[in-house]
Amino acid sequence: MRHFLDFEKPIAELEGKIEELRRMTEPEGVNIAEEVARLSEKTERQLRVIYAKLTPWQKTLVARHPERPKAMACITALLTEFTALAGDRAFADDAAVVGGLGRFRGRPVLVVGTEKGTDTESRLKHNFGMARPEGYRKARRLAELAGRFGLPILTFVDTAGAFPGIDAEARGQAEAIARSIEAFLDAPVPIVATITGEGGSGGAIALAAADRILMLEHAIYSVISPEGCASILWREAQAAEQAAEALKLTAEDLKRLELIDAIVPEPLGGAHRDPEAAIAAMGDAIAAALEPLAGIEGPALKARRREKFLAMGRDHGG
Amino acid sequence: MSWLTEYVRPKIRTLLGRREVPENLWHQCPACQQMIFQRDLEKNLKVCTHCGHHMRATAAERLAWSFDEPGPTRIELPKAPFDPLRFRDQKRYAERLREAREKTRMEDAVLVAHGRIGGQPAVVVAMEFSFLGGSMGAAVGEALLAAARLAVLQAAALVIYTASGGARMQEGAISLMQMPRSVIALSLVKEKGLPVVIVLTDPTTGGVTASFAMLGDIQIAEPGALIGFAGARVIEQTVREKLPEGFQRAEYLHEHGIIDMVVRRTELRETLARLLGLLASEPAAAA
Ligand SMILES: [Zn+2]
Repeated sequence: MRHFLDFEKPIAELEGKIEELRRMTEPEGVNIAEEVARLSEKTERQLRVIYAKLTPWQKTLVARHPERPKAMACITALLTEFTALAGDRAFADDAAVVGGLGRFRGRPVLVVGTEKGTDTESRLKHNFGMARPEGYRKARRLAELAGRFGLPILTFVDTAGAFPGIDAEARGQAEAIARSIEAFLDAPVPIVATITGEGGSGGAIALAAADRILMLEHAIYSVISPEGCASILWREAQAAEQAAEALKLTAEDLKRLELIDAIVPEPLGGAHRDPEAAIAAMGDAIAAALEPLAGIEGPALKARRREKFLAMGRDHGG
Repeated sequence: MSWLTEYVRPKIRTLLGRREVPENLWHQCPACQQMIFQRDLEKNLKVCTHCGHHMRATAAERLAWSFDEPGPTRIELPKAPFDPLRFRDQKRYAERLREAREKTRMEDAVLVAHGRIGGQPAVVVAMEFSFLGGSMGAAVGEALLAAARLAVLQAAALVIYTASGGARMQEGAISLMQMPRSVIALSLVKEKGLPVVIVLTDPTTGGVTASFAMLGDIQIAEPGALIGFAGARVIEQTVREKLPEGFQRAEYLHEHGIIDMVVRRTELRETLARLLGLLASEPAAAA
């Protein structure tokens, strides 16, 4: 059963009709195939209209869509010989952060991502993509491992944010995030980060201090969730729509602010309608981002990465 | 060295802002409710003389309390983009900024000065909580970078007093990017073998804690200071558990191995002087 967002209702209705037609046994006087084709065309037209002008809040909902491709789906589709690595070597393996070694288009790489899970069971296992300190310490360990072996790093970011828990605080959530940022900034290898869904605050930047930062067309990247921002600044969570607007969290906004490098186009109707095509587009964008970084020596890469972040935000605003 | 000529025109100023409080004012301690003579409170660095409660201090006070004679030399801070998102909630961010500037007579939530601590050269950054909750936007990021570069130039230690509710959300993802930018600032200093000492003061939370504030060579906190990543309310709503006694307080962090020490404000300067002396790789020019 496909999950439809509120503003996708017209699509749901059309597709419902198409389904119905397909199940019908040749009624008299109706050419089913013709009718299905007509409705399919209409669906596509509708999708085009709706998705051409999504509001920041609607994009937030798309970015959180349960059927959107998750980190493990991207990793297993884009990598061969994927070999998962686990643990922070101190406390635990945090399943909210996944990672390991593999080949991307023939070349060995290291991958790290935040994984939200795809059904109730796996969502619980991955803690809905909200990592604890162990997760960020694992990310840091993997970044260091990549540095040791000269492996490019690919990250896939999709998280509401770091897990707000008693245990997480007791084990140094803030320090773990800070060290992860530091490790990525220091890695002497090319890093390409892709914000695939939700780029939620500190939990996202912990895996996104990269040379090239890509964002899926309908992904969001923000310092705080629209709901969190609304409850603080508007003092009511219902203002989330306005907050989403004000925060400038869409890929287009981030590109305009020069905080990301490229936007990866999504299939019509969002990545959740065709995850395979979305992942394929991501693969092409990652390959294109990696290519110019290939010949650069570690220290130069690091220096350039620093300059990139130091330049951020400087030319914007009055 | 254009950044220097551009930004670091030393401005020797009076150490403290003008006192507008009458001398005979009494102050009530928010912790023990006892009355304290204003002058005694000032002399005791805003620590309650009855119960030892550490009241919040301003950035200017932090600078005044930190250095050897003749005190700090403030530096002018780089200009940062003004209201890059033209952010508006129920009020315009531009308006909030103007009000905060008027209230605190500061450009943004941070002051930077240099001088000596225990004879050792030091650059000190002090955050101002009363300036939009000490939140970190581009201006704070730029200030940290300017401070770090000055420390490198002067072969000085970098000491940072944190006080912040986290990232400045009115600057959206630009404020988020101050996390890596501030981490880079600290790396610039550390790479030169110079010490970075963080003094966590009440309160330090969110994106500030999850970036430069946790990356000192030495981590100090003031007694009772609230220090954490997530807000207590958010945690309670998420885990639906009562928070343990003393949760996210300086002493709790010390017990959990997250910071090196909890130091009373009245012993802070002496502690900093000792630490900077021990960490100075080369003997500083004899004072
Ligand atoms: Zn008291």
